Amino acid sequence: MIRFLFKGIIKDKSRSLLPIIVVSLGVMLMVVMFCWIHGIMGESLRLNANFNTGHLKVMTRAYAKDADQMPNDLAILRVDNQLKELKTAYPNLDWVKRIRFGGLIDFPDSNGETRAQGPVVGWALDLFSPESKESLRFNLERSLVLGKLPAKPGEALISDLFATKFHIKPGEKFTLFGTTMDGGMAFKNLIVSGSIRFGSASLDRGAVIADISDVQLALAMDDAAGEILAFFNSNRYDNEQASAAALAFNQKLKSIKDEYAPVMITLREQSGMADFIDYVDAIGSVMIIVFMVAMSIVLWNAGLLGGLRRYNEFGIRLAMGEDKDHIYKTLIYEAVFIGTIGSVLGTTFGLLIAWYLQTVGIDISGIMKNSSLLMPSVARAEITPTAWYIGFIPGLISVVLGNALSGIGIYKRQTAQLFKELEA
Amino acid sequence: MDDSVIIKIERLAKRFPVGTGEFTALHNISLTFQKGEFTGLVGPSGSGKTTLLNIIGTLDYPSEGEVEVVGRSVKGLTHKQAAYLRNYNIGFIFQTYNLLQVYTVFENIEFALLLQNHTAAQRKKAVMEALDWVGLTDKFNSKPSQLSGGECQRVAIARAMVKRPLLVLADEPSANLDAKNSHNIVQMMKRLNKELNTTFIFATHDEKVMHYLDRIITLRDGAVDEDRLILTRENQLLC
Repeated sequence: MIRFLFKGIIKDKSRSLLPIIVVSLGVMLMVVMFCWIHGIMGESLRLNANFNTGHLKVMTRAYAKDADQMPNDLAILRVDNQLKELKTAYPNLDWVKRIRFGGLIDFPDSNGETRAQGPVVGWALDLFSPESKESLRFNLERSLVLGKLPAKPGEALISDLFATKFHIKPGEKFTLFGTTMDGGMAFKNLIVSGSIRFGSASLDRGAVIADISDVQLALAMDDAAGEILAFFNSNRYDNEQASAAALAFNQKLKSIKDEYAPVMITLREQSGMADFIDYVDAIGSVMIIVFMVAMSIVLWNAGLLGGLRRYNEFGIRLAMGEDKDHIYKTLIYEAVFIGTIGSVLGTTFGLLIAWYLQTVGIDISGIMKNSSLLMPSVARAEITPTAWYIGFIPGLISVVLGNALSGIGIYKRQTAQLFKELEA
Repeated sequence: MDDSVIIKIERLAKRFPVGTGEFTALHNISLTFQKGEFTGLVGPSGSGKTTLLNIIGTLDYPSEGEVEVVGRSVKGLTHKQAAYLRNYNIGFIFQTYNLLQVYTVFENIEFALLLQNHTAAQRKKAVMEALDWVGLTDKFNSKPSQLSGGECQRVAIARAMVKRPLLVLADEPSANLDAKNSHNIVQMMKRLNKELNTTFIFATHDEKVMHYLDRIITLRDGAVDEDRLILTRENQLLC
């Protein structure tokens, strides 16, 4: 019987080809959209983690309260010791110290007078340790437009936008003006080793990246750093592990009332990232539901039309002695079969398109020009393991639901009525 | 019920709801059909022929009265039991053939046996035998769209007969056929009626079919107007 019905599906194109095309298209769209949204959201999340939040961050409690203002006067002291302890306590995480700072940079002309000047936001990173992954996290190598990465103390990178605007070339000297940890004025002469473009408007407007030793010296932050960041070795944020680590760390220091005591915060707890992560998670579910409802309605209608067309066949089958339950069951089996084939095809094509979008991406820098969001300039899809099966859920359910709903007509109509339609 | 009786109808009435009222399609029908009969229900359109055929075929239920088919009362049957009864005891032949267009002739006939869970070998043997009865062995792999009207009706007959039912119900089987094909089809059914002792009940107003009938029941306005036994010249020749 299964073989017989299978033959029918294969031979009757309106029972197979049309629903398969509808399901495939729907599933394909679903997979592409899922990968696309995950790609953009995931990339944003990674960008935020790498540049700003880390997967975990340790700060002083006072610093944490106003972290957006980069209050380096509230920085962690004896940071190297603290870093060592953290590395020992959490060996599965990569711990790094960073200083974020604001300031002014001044480029002199040949007479020593100001030629160009502008406000900057700076990152002090560990650029020179052989085990440091900071260059990779900031994607410095690929973001370099002119010159080279800092190779020795005293060298720094500036944003290409800034460099272009003021015609700054690698090798030129500039002075960084800032505030020391104690509130005094800070000056430090640095050399431009190169210019960088991250592709994110908020970063490219005026960024300076220098080795942390230089910035510590400039801002009188000897053995101090604003933040200690941690990254999972997998480079994927794991909220469960991060929360457990933060809870254990903070629990130990709970009894200390000192506002300079360190506090550990997860990525989720920083800069409204909780909403963002929830949104990324929720978007997948919302997409599935929306798609499933829409597809079910389409396939229900297709099923109704097909069902009406197939009343002839149902009438014959009933007359031959097949009972209504069996006919209904075979409709559901057909739906599972069609849904599976459609989902496989849709997923395959969807993944191919997603792979293309993951590899090539789409340049959205034009529309991100004035954005202050930390967003990538090239939007890319991301094929996650979920993408391999997510299309099957709506693909199968919508066809089965569509056929199940339209198949109810077999029960609603009297057998004789089906027969009359058969004779019509 | 007497073993020789295949259908027993007593005081049958069938009413259909129409708007707020009811339309009486059949009333006070009492009939008995013996095994091996070759009977026609005749009468003008709207006289209740198809309704009576539907009730005998367990496709519809009586509003009143009692109908027994192959010893089973039609009234209390669930749709599963009705399907079972049709599957094993009743074959249908339609005016418009109603073959499944996507399947071959062989597969159309085979379907009846699939519902009875026969093995592939049993099915093949039975289908080829049925095709032999109707003279279409060479067309087993053809699609219905490749056949003439007469050939399609012969396939429909083979499909109805392949499971060797006790009863075949034919609703205007010759209505879409020319005179020559009509004669051929009815002769074929008459032959099978004799060879396999299958009961045939026709709903028809085709004079060509009536020549072959052993019994003609005339319906008028939902009631039996006349019930007469006939021994026709064609019957005599075939017998």
